[in-house]
Amino acid sequence: MRPDLEIIQNWIQPGHHVLDLGCGDGTLLDFLQRERGASGFGLEINPDHITTCMAKGVAVIEQNLDTQGLDNFDDNSFDVVLMTQALQAVRRPDKVLDEMLRMGREGIVTFPNFAHWRLRWGLALSGRMPESEALPYKWYNTPNIRLCTFKDFEALCRQKGIRIKSRRVVDGKHQNSWLARLWPNLLGEIAIYRITRENGT
Amino acid sequence: MSDSLPADSVGIVTPQTYRFDTPIDLACGQALDSYQLVVETYGELNEDASNAVLICHALSGHHHAAGYHSAEERKPGWWDSCIGPGKPIDTDRFFVVSLNNLGGCHGSTGPNSNNPKTDKPYGPEFPVVTVQDWVKSQALLADRLGIQCWAAVVGGSLGGMQALQWSLDYPDRLRHAVVIASTPRLTAQNIAFNEVARQAITSDQEFHGGRYYDHGVIPRRGLMLARMVGHITYLSDASMGEKFGRELRDQAYKFGFDAEFQVESYLRYQGERFSETFDANTYLLMTRALDYFDPAHDFGGDLARAMTTAQCEFLVLSFSTDWRFNPSRSEEMVNAMIAARKRVSYAEIDAPWGHDAFLIPTPRYTSAFSAYMDRVAREVGA
Repeated sequence: MRPDLEIIQNWIQPGHHVLDLGCGDGTLLDFLQRERGASGFGLEINPDHITTCMAKGVAVIEQNLDTQGLDNFDDNSFDVVLMTQALQAVRRPDKVLDEMLRMGREGIVTFPNFAHWRLRWGLALSGRMPESEALPYKWYNTPNIRLCTFKDFEALCRQKGIRIKSRRVVDGKHQNSWLARLWPNLLGEIAIYRITRENGT
Repeated sequence: MSDSLPADSVGIVTPQTYRFDTPIDLACGQALDSYQLVVETYGELNEDASNAVLICHALSGHHHAAGYHSAEERKPGWWDSCIGPGKPIDTDRFFVVSLNNLGGCHGSTGPNSNNPKTDKPYGPEFPVVTVQDWVKSQALLADRLGIQCWAAVVGGSLGGMQALQWSLDYPDRLRHAVVIASTPRLTAQNIAFNEVARQAITSDQEFHGGRYYDHGVIPRRGLMLARMVGHITYLSDASMGEKFGRELRDQAYKFGFDAEFQVESYLRYQGERFSETFDANTYLLMTRALDYFDPAHDFGGDLARAMTTAQCEFLVLSFSTDWRFNPSRSEEMVNAMIAARKRVSYAEIDAPWGHDAFLIPTPRYTSAFSAYMDRVAREVGA
C-alpha cells in the first residue's frame, strides 16, 4: 500500500464524511470508501479524471476552486477535508485552507516541498527552474503556481491560528525515509499535514 | 436508412399498449377512470428484475426512443445515440423501458383520444397533467412489468425532471437517477417562451378552443410557430451560426418577407413537419407540466429540504452552451443534493449544440455517461 494512503487512512474513522478537493482519478476516495467505510465527495476539473471517478463509483463534482469557490458547502458539513497535491495549484492556498477548516473539523493537506535539497541544488548549480519527481513540469507549463516549503506552510498555519496535529514526510515516491524525518525541510519531498482550527480537537 | 441496420442498433422494435382500468387521481384534482400507455422495451429483463432502466421523454418525445419501427424507417428513435448495444445505456445489459406519457399524442391516452364518457376526443377537457402524475403512472407501469426497483431512471430536459421527481416520490423504487440538461424549476424566461408557444397555438383561428377535432382541422400555423420558437431555444447561437450563418437561399436580397435566409426555411420546414405529427392540445399540456414543475414549492422554495426523502444516487449532467436550462440550473440542483447529503456526481460537458446537446453524442458526454451506467450495471449484476 502506498505509504501516504496508509498514513491518511489511519486518520479517517469508519463512517467519516470526507471532501476531497482536487480528487484526481478518485484513487484516495475509492480507497477510503472501501477500506474505511468513509462517505463523501471529490471535486475535480479534469474531464478524464471525472469520468474515471464515475466508473469507480466515487461521487465526483466538477467544480473549479479558483473560479467557483466552495460556497456550496455548508460550515462543518464534513469530518475531514482532504487536499492532496493540489494546494500548490490553486490561486489562493491561504483562502482554501480557511475554507477547508470552515467545512471540515479537520484538514489533511499534502504538497511538494520546494526546499528539498535536490531542488535547491539544481537551482544553485544550473540556474534553471528545478524539476523533480514531485514537480515534473517546465516553469511555463506547470500547474503548480504557488510553490512553498514546509517552513513556509507552517509559518502560514501559525499566522492563521491553524494547529498542526501531525506531520509526516515522505519522498517523491511516497516512501517513508528516516533521513527525511530528521531534516524534513531539506530532505523531505512531500509532506502530509493533519490540521485543525486552534480550538479544534 | 440503408438496407442493413447498424450493429449498435436495437433493431426493429414494436410498441406495446398497456391498458389500465383502475382510476388514477391527478394533481389537478381530476381523475382518469381508464387510460392506456404506449411502451417500447429494449433488451431483456433479468431474473430478479434488477436491470431495468426507465427512459423519460422530453417535451415532444414519446415511446420510440431507440431502433426502428420498420426497415423503411428513415430515422431511428429519438435517443438512439445513447440506447443500444455498447452504447451508454447498453441494451446487452439493461432492460430499457420507454413510454409515451399520459396526455401525449403518440398512442397513450391524451387529448386526441376518445373520452369514453362522450365518445368524442377529450380535446380541452383532458385534465392538465403534471410531472408527478407522469411519475405515478410510470410506477403503475413498473408494477405491471414486474419491476419493483429501477436500476436507473434516466431523462433529459423534461425527462430529467421526471427522474428527479421519481427520486422524491418513490425513493425506494430506484437506485440511480440520471438527470441530464434539466432544471429544478423553470425561470420566468423559460415560462415566457412556453407562453409564446401556447399563444401561437390558441390564437390560431383553426384552434376552436381546443375543439379542432370536431371541425376536421388542426391549428397548423400555431403549432408551427410554437415549434419554431421552441426550436430556437434548443439550439445555441454558435450551432445555428455554424449550420446556416447568414446564408441566403438565392444569391441576392429580395426585399420581401418570404424565407430568404437558410435559417428561415429550416425553421419553417421543421415547424411544418412538427405540425403534421404533434397534437396542439398535447403541446399545451406538456409546456404547462414544465411550468408547474417545482419540487421545492411545498418546502418554502428550499430544494434541499425537498430532497431529504431521496435515497438514490444521482448523476447530473449539463452542457456548456445550453441556455434553455443552463449549467447553473443543474448546479442549483446539485447543491441542494449536497446540502441534503445525497450522493451526487456532476459534470458540465463542453459541447456547442445548446440544449439539444443531450441528444448528440460527444466523446466526453458518451464516456462519462457510459462510465456511470457501466458502474450501475455492475452494481445490479447486469
